[in-house]
Amino acid sequence: MSAVAAPRPGPPLWLLLELTYRCPLHCAFCYNPTNLAETGAELATEDWLRVLREARELGAVQLGLSGGEPLARDDLEEIVAEAHGLGYYINLITSGVGMTEQRIAALKQAGLDHIQLSFQDSTREVNDFLSSTRTFELKSRVAAMIKRHDYPMVLNVVLHRLNIDHVEQILDMADRLGAEYLELANTQYYGWAWKNRESLLPSREQVRRAEEATARFRERVGNRMQVYFVVPDYFETRPKPCMNGLGSVFLTVTPDGTALPCHAAKMLPGLDFPNVREASIGDIWYASPGFDRFRGDSWMKEPCRSCPEKTRDFGGCRCQAYLLTGDATNADPVCELSPHHHLITEAVERAEQAVAAGEARAPAVERPILFFRDHRSRDHRSRDRRNQR
Amino acid sequence: MSTPSRTSVASGTNPPSKSSAPGEPRRIAATAKPAVGRGYRLQWEQAQQAHVLLYPEGMVKLNDSAGAIMSRCDGERTIGQIVEDLEKTYDASGLTGEVTAFVEMAVAQKWLEVRE
Ligand code: SF4
Repeated sequence: MSAVAAPRPGPPLWLLLELTYRCPLHCAFCYNPTNLAETGAELATEDWLRVLREARELGAVQLGLSGGEPLARDDLEEIVAEAHGLGYYINLITSGVGMTEQRIAALKQAGLDHIQLSFQDSTREVNDFLSSTRTFELKSRVAAMIKRHDYPMVLNVVLHRLNIDHVEQILDMADRLGAEYLELANTQYYGWAWKNRESLLPSREQVRRAEEATARFRERVGNRMQVYFVVPDYFETRPKPCMNGLGSVFLTVTPDGTALPCHAAKMLPGLDFPNVREASIGDIWYASPGFDRFRGDSWMKEPCRSCPEKTRDFGGCRCQAYLLTGDATNADPVCELSPHHHLITEAVERAEQAVAAGEARAPAVERPILFFRDHRSRDHRSRDRRNQR
Repeated sequence: MSTPSRTSVASGTNPPSKSSAPGEPRRIAATAKPAVGRGYRLQWEQAQQAHVLLYPEGMVKLNDSAGAIMSRCDGERTIGQIVEDLEKTYDASGLTGEVTAFVEMAVAQKWLEVRE
């Protein structure tokens, strides 16, 4: 248009496809993670293939395939094969349910690069695992397949108040499974975890002990396994550069075709997110108001607007700002410069008291959410290393 | 999000790997044959106009010299041959130290594996 037009954003380097709502776990504690009445039917194979082609053309190169349980789609191999042919690096994020020798071999053949074995973000699945029940058997069986087929293996466990004291045990079991990477990510407080924040936020002491256990483990195993320990941002004084800023590198497509700049962004009010059935990935990325809304810094309020750190953290997480302050354009209250920072410190204070009082009640709602490790965690590796010293 | 921001890797300026403990520097031999590490993939990305190194849920964008070195690490050529090729291609000399330092750093990061 004119000389003052904003610079064209870079390409959506990172594509996450949530292929299905379906999850065959059928756990007693699980209710369907989405309200199927509100969501449309899942995209067909050819839609996913078109999304892959269009995004790759723009420059997408890292591909995550998740769900629900992506293995619930029997066209997964076809999708992987197309993605491989296009030159993506393909990460499968699975609970392991539905993995068979035949499928893992077919996926390898199709060009799958890596498998992340995930635990549902629920207390029950990790507990089951720790107490060596069916879940442990399932994960070990799938882990053995992953090793046999020579995939790099990442194990992802979401931590919170109710399981963080078992970090040592989790580390040992990950080692026994032969994981090369283990991510211990503390819950991000939105969705299911937000509803249960008062039961899930650990105390400082719990976090400190877990970090110490992790450090001891690192000493012991050396190079064999890389462990990422992601400190809950409630204990920080600066926010994470969430998604590198919405609309900067990350694009998620939900099973019904809704395109989002972050898998949680649907909660943000007043934003219309386009559907890949109606718009091309190029139009969605470069020309939709939903993706443009939080680019740059013109949307920012004080204290972010005049803050020199805004180019580093982009004011933090929009979803967290919205959930805690009711306004998505506020600074993420994790930042101690935010006028709402007391909301964080008060929550931490309540957690301290609850833990001290020995309250370990189960969350009111069990709601598994598959966790895509890169959501906000990667940037914490550097911090993590700093903490080690 | 990972590394789109952790982009440039300066080949000449990186310190040698931490494997060189004081007193016993462990330089990688000129006859070693480096190859891209298991679980990593190196490819040219048109959209980024750069070589990128892809690995589980992560990506490193390489600068020109790092890309030039890594794209020659095919497990067949020795470091000596790679240096020779680079010196010829870029009409330069005395690249051995720089290339060796980069390879050592990359091995420490597991980007490269070395077959002797
Ligand atoms: S005021 Fe805003 S930009 Fe500055 S550090 Fe805090 S969150 Fe980041």
